[in-house]
Amino acid sequence: MNNFIDAFYLNFIKDERWKYITGGLKTTLTVTFFAVIMGIVLGFLVGVIRSTYDKTGKLKILNALCNVYLTIIRGTPVVVQLLITYFVIFGSVNINKVVVAVIAFGVNSGAYVAEIIRSGIMSVDNGQFEAGRSIGFTYGQTMIHIILPQAFKNVLPALANEFIVLLKETSVAGYIALEDLTKGGDIIRSRTFNAFMPLIGVAIIYLLMVMIFSYFVKCLERRLRNSEH
Amino acid sequence: MKKIIAVAAMAAMVVSMTACGSKAADTGAEATAEAVAATEAATQTAETTEAATENVAANGTLIMATNAEFPPYEYREGDQIVGIDAEIAQAIADELGMELQIEDMQFDSIIAAVQTGKADIGVAGMTVTEDRLQAVSFSDSYTQAAQVIIVKGDSAVATPDDLKGKTVGVQLGTTGDIYAEDIEDVTIDRYNKGFEAVQALLQDKVDAVIIDREPANVFIEENEGLKVLDEEFTVEDYAICMAKDNTDLLDKVNTALASLKESGKLDEIKAKYITAE
Repeated sequence: MNNFIDAFYLNFIKDERWKYITGGLKTTLTVTFFAVIMGIVLGFLVGVIRSTYDKTGKLKILNALCNVYLTIIRGTPVVVQLLITYFVIFGSVNINKVVVAVIAFGVNSGAYVAEIIRSGIMSVDNGQFEAGRSIGFTYGQTMIHIILPQAFKNVLPALANEFIVLLKETSVAGYIALEDLTKGGDIIRSRTFNAFMPLIGVAIIYLLMVMIFSYFVKCLERRLRNSEH
Repeated sequence: MKKIIAVAAMAAMVVSMTACGSKAADTGAEATAEAVAATEAATQTAETTEAATENVAANGTLIMATNAEFPPYEYREGDQIVGIDAEIAQAIADELGMELQIEDMQFDSIIAAVQTGKADIGVAGMTVTEDRLQAVSFSDSYTQAAQVIIVKGDSAVATPDDLKGKTVGVQLGTTGDIYAEDIEDVTIDRYNKGFEAVQALLQDKVDAVIIDREPANVFIEENEGLKVLDEEFTVEDYAICMAKDNTDLLDKVNTALASLKESGKLDEIKAKYITAE
């Protein structure tokens, strides 16, 4: 037990090392929050374009562009995308690393969200669509008022899953010397040469964040289900 | 009707997904438990490491942990790990009549590997520091090295004092990283690799890079527009690290080092890789 207390002191208290963890947590949350927003916006646009093409055959060029985006983003690892964003795309400018991370993770997440949204739209029965059109709604109105609300409910578990993945994926942000939660633990590890405390500590914090997030998603799902009756 | 079926199918999918999810979580928990057990076991067996290492010695293999991204001390050439440290370790192994096996890993994992007995010695251009001495023991120093400052040719930074309030790039866990924290108002960017810090310097993402002299010389040779400041940031001793309780191996390594120094072999190896000066 004394060993445990000593190790805890050495890894978190001494030299105010806990600041690496709290600072890292703040960075992780900031990056995840803005990347999620960017992912939703991008993914929503791409998803709607792709399913519009699937349903009506319009927007051919935009659809082709979206396809290229999906292929590239889903076909390469996020770490490589992050490094490319930092060292190649923003190679000649001195840019805030948090911004780089938000862009890299946001663009990455957008590709996955797009496919989730598209699957949600396609999962809504075509009869709903026809009904909307026959009462005089335009394509856009039908989308917004009839299809998307139902689609959203269908894809909520998949979307929540994507955000959990995104939160954990930000742990590679250390590659561009951004001090996120994982890097904070790594810095402590490089000072104390102790693997257990920093790694388990960091793991517990990620776990707690995901558990809290999952709880809120569950509440939201329950509310949405209530509205069915 | 169709909608109900769709909803049911969706529900079934979600349930099956959750099922998979929880299975994965179980495995994860098991793995963690195993890891914890392993760590405990490692702590318990720490006392018996000496005996274990002796067994290794009896088998005639000396396992060296290093991070082969630190020229000219250790780097990859083809599929070989070469450099000053690799050759010194080879010479020591020859002295001891053992076969050398090199394990390439992250720099910040080397001490842990030596502590847990995964490697016998850590030779990675490692500086002796107070913190590290608490975790491992060090051999006699085999070379002196300096942390130097790399800047762009037109930089306003001319001495270590000019680093106040600047952004400095370092490699995580190196002495440059640790000592850079003492600079006033400094922002430290900790990269995983030394060359990434230099790349960031080239792209003006950091104002200066603090790194060991030898790799610094290689970096400025290969990148135009960079220079090393004349005044060193710190001067330090490189040594070989070993598990604390492994005094037997420590004696052997020190004896081997002494005889290498005497025979001039040590200087020969250094001269082979360091042409400047």
